[in-house]
Amino acid sequence: MSEADAVAVVLWLGVTLYAIFGGADFGAGLWDLTAGGPERGASARRLIDQAITPVWEANHVWLIFILVVTWTALPEPFAAIMSTLFIPLSLAAFGIVLRGSGFAFRKLMHRVSQQRALGAIFAISSVMTPFFMGTVVGAIASGRVPADGNGDRLTSWLNLTSITIGLLFVAACAYVSAIFLVVEARKRGDLELAAAFRRRAVGAAVVTGALAAAGLVVLDQDAPVLYDGLVSDALPLVILSVVCGAAVTVLLLRGAPPGTRPLGILAVATVVWGWGVAQYPYVLPDTLELGDAAAPSSTLTAVLVVFGAALLIVVPALGLLYTLAQRELLGEAEGSQLGSDQP
Amino acid sequence: MRAVEAIPTLAASSELLPARSQMAFTLGFHIILASMGVAFPALTLLANYRGIQRGDADALLLARRWSKVMAVLFAVGAVTGTVLSFELGLLWPGMMGRYGDAFGVPFAIEGLFFFTEAIFIAIYIYGWKRLRPWPHFFTGLPIVVAGIGGAFAVVAANSWMNQPGGYEVGADGKITSVDTWGVLFNDAWSYEVPHMILAAYMVAGFLVASVYAAGMLRGRTDRYHRVGFAIPFAVAALATPVQLFVGDTAARAIADDQPAKFAAMEYVTKTGPNQTEWVGGIYDDGKVKLGIGIPDLDSFLVGFSADTVVTGLDRIPDDEQPPAPTLLHLAFDAMVGIGSALLLLGLWGAWAFWRRRDLPRSRWFLRASALAGAGAVVALECGWIVTEVGRQPWVVYGKLRTADAVTGASGLWTTFSIVLVLYALLGVATILILRTMARRWREGTDEVDEDDVPYGPPSDEPAPEPARAP
Repeated sequence: MSEADAVAVVLWLGVTLYAIFGGADFGAGLWDLTAGGPERGASARRLIDQAITPVWEANHVWLIFILVVTWTALPEPFAAIMSTLFIPLSLAAFGIVLRGSGFAFRKLMHRVSQQRALGAIFAISSVMTPFFMGTVVGAIASGRVPADGNGDRLTSWLNLTSITIGLLFVAACAYVSAIFLVVEARKRGDLELAAAFRRRAVGAAVVTGALAAAGLVVLDQDAPVLYDGLVSDALPLVILSVVCGAAVTVLLLRGAPPGTRPLGILAVATVVWGWGVAQYPYVLPDTLELGDAAAPSSTLTAVLVVFGAALLIVVPALGLLYTLAQRELLGEAEGSQLGSDQP
Repeated sequence: MRAVEAIPTLAASSELLPARSQMAFTLGFHIILASMGVAFPALTLLANYRGIQRGDADALLLARRWSKVMAVLFAVGAVTGTVLSFELGLLWPGMMGRYGDAFGVPFAIEGLFFFTEAIFIAIYIYGWKRLRPWPHFFTGLPIVVAGIGGAFAVVAANSWMNQPGGYEVGADGKITSVDTWGVLFNDAWSYEVPHMILAAYMVAGFLVASVYAAGMLRGRTDRYHRVGFAIPFAVAALATPVQLFVGDTAARAIADDQPAKFAAMEYVTKTGPNQTEWVGGIYDDGKVKLGIGIPDLDSFLVGFSADTVVTGLDRIPDDEQPPAPTLLHLAFDAMVGIGSALLLLGLWGAWAFWRRRDLPRSRWFLRASALAGAGAVVALECGWIVTEVGRQPWVVYGKLRTADAVTGASGLWTTFSIVLVLYALLGVATILILRTMARRWREGTDEVDEDDVPYGPPSDEPAPEPARAP
């Protein structure tokens, strides 16, 4: 494995973690949006708020990680992607502004009307952001970003592949999130809410599966490089993903026993790695390969060293955060003013 | 005629102005939050330490409330920081594509620090109730260290843009090898990095102190307000003299490293010795109007002798002249002037403390302190104007012009307008939220506030499983 391959693996670990944890965060926004009116949706919204409050900033650091590793290790494709996909990436950035501020401010509001307004901003941008990120992935995967960055600034991401993958992203976020929320609800002893999220998870799983199948058909027509990879080198991952997805759906219908969440995570991770393996060695399909796009060896070494340091520092710290959060040693009551029904 | 040659480049990229405006605006917005992110945790931990060590209930209450403010500012700062990461690529693909492999390395390190900061800030903010006092306090220390480390990394990247080094290019102009230490410890880091970290401590210290100074002016002179004033004020007052020394060193280094920037910010029109130091004034076609000139002082400040030769704008080619010398000079003067005023304010406070172990009695001291926060922010922004505008027309000094780095995408006035609206809402919302929090604390209507004991089991919930802090 070359140094460039190693950095690509590091980058893909970041993409995977963002897909899972960032995805769960975004999906929670969709469930917040569809939870119902202020009274009916109060318990679901309170759960969502409590579950993501201590971790949402840490989850989204993965996005910064992805951006930084890409621009450092793959500066030319980074510039090309940012130039061609200026519009959807700007929209995703706006979505992140709205989402973060809507979420952070909502819990500080006492009035239901203010909570609703900020909650709507949080929820709608939670759906918008992964959609635009999906269109970006679709544009890259279907070879619409040329190495010089002069791709069409509209049709590169407004096409069937991009839109299908955008919708797939939204559905997958909802799916991961619902699986996490089942466990969160159960941990808090709210079995009714756990059952509700179990039903939502099944629905999201079906929609995600359907969109993934549709995506394959579209890719066959529109993104031959990626499709060929998916049905050859990446085929084991694709099959594993389908098996995991089916197993999760069965488990959800049978009451979501322990093991549902890891399998659900695996179903998403295998799709992410399937994409990576299928596209390898292309960074930009048909135009730019990893070996030609990678930064000089000394830069790649620096990235790998920083990553090693991150493993030593961040992983134990993150472990501490998640452990404390799981043992309910974190969190204050001010996180739970949602639905406190003050006029 | 170099000026004529420069025109086609500028005309070719009509998106340069909105791109620069958007970058300047979002960076100018973020830098206030970043300064609070770097220095506010240290202030909070000082109060927290005092609260636990001396059983000072006021200090502990302050630390709890400050950590809530910290949470809001950190959330907004995380968002505006993410936007900047996008913008580096969206607005300046020419720079990232060409220099990302060198310029990116400090950001990778910054990412590491930011991640650490985000994790421990979450533990600290949400650990007040159920962690034990000292373990909780120690979860705050990594935030302070990571804040300083992150500031080092980001400002090292900026100082690299001012003094690029630590890389080699091949025949095709592409970077062929990168020396990480050379990039990080470039020729400008040693003055830019401490200057910014001290600025962060001054901004956070004076800004927090100014809130309590305003409270005391309104008659809330209880011990809680006095402690809330004294801790941040002391930190900022200690940082200020060091800052003036570091800033002075930085100005001398810039005279050597970036003569164009120095000449513009100091109105050095003709190269030579015996340069006049201008205070205020407007630059008009090679002449300074309305300024107060102090003969020889500029040469003396640069080289400790009136004979010191200083490079003037006459030696800078037309197409390498920084734009708007008046803006640069007035921003520089404002920064130095405010810094000096803050030094005097700190000395006033120190004098009273030395004589009577108390704050100065004069209401003028409180009035000045109430303005000091805004003053420190203005000085911070002025400093960044000098650094960033003074580097123009280069984005990477001497290597890459800003006009050649800007995106080829169109519609940047649109994105800039959206950014303006979003950030205006974000800024207003942040201020309203902080004011609402303060009002609730004053009125005691924050129903889930500090009436219940910190570091104890929650009183309003059925006792959870007997898990304690590890």
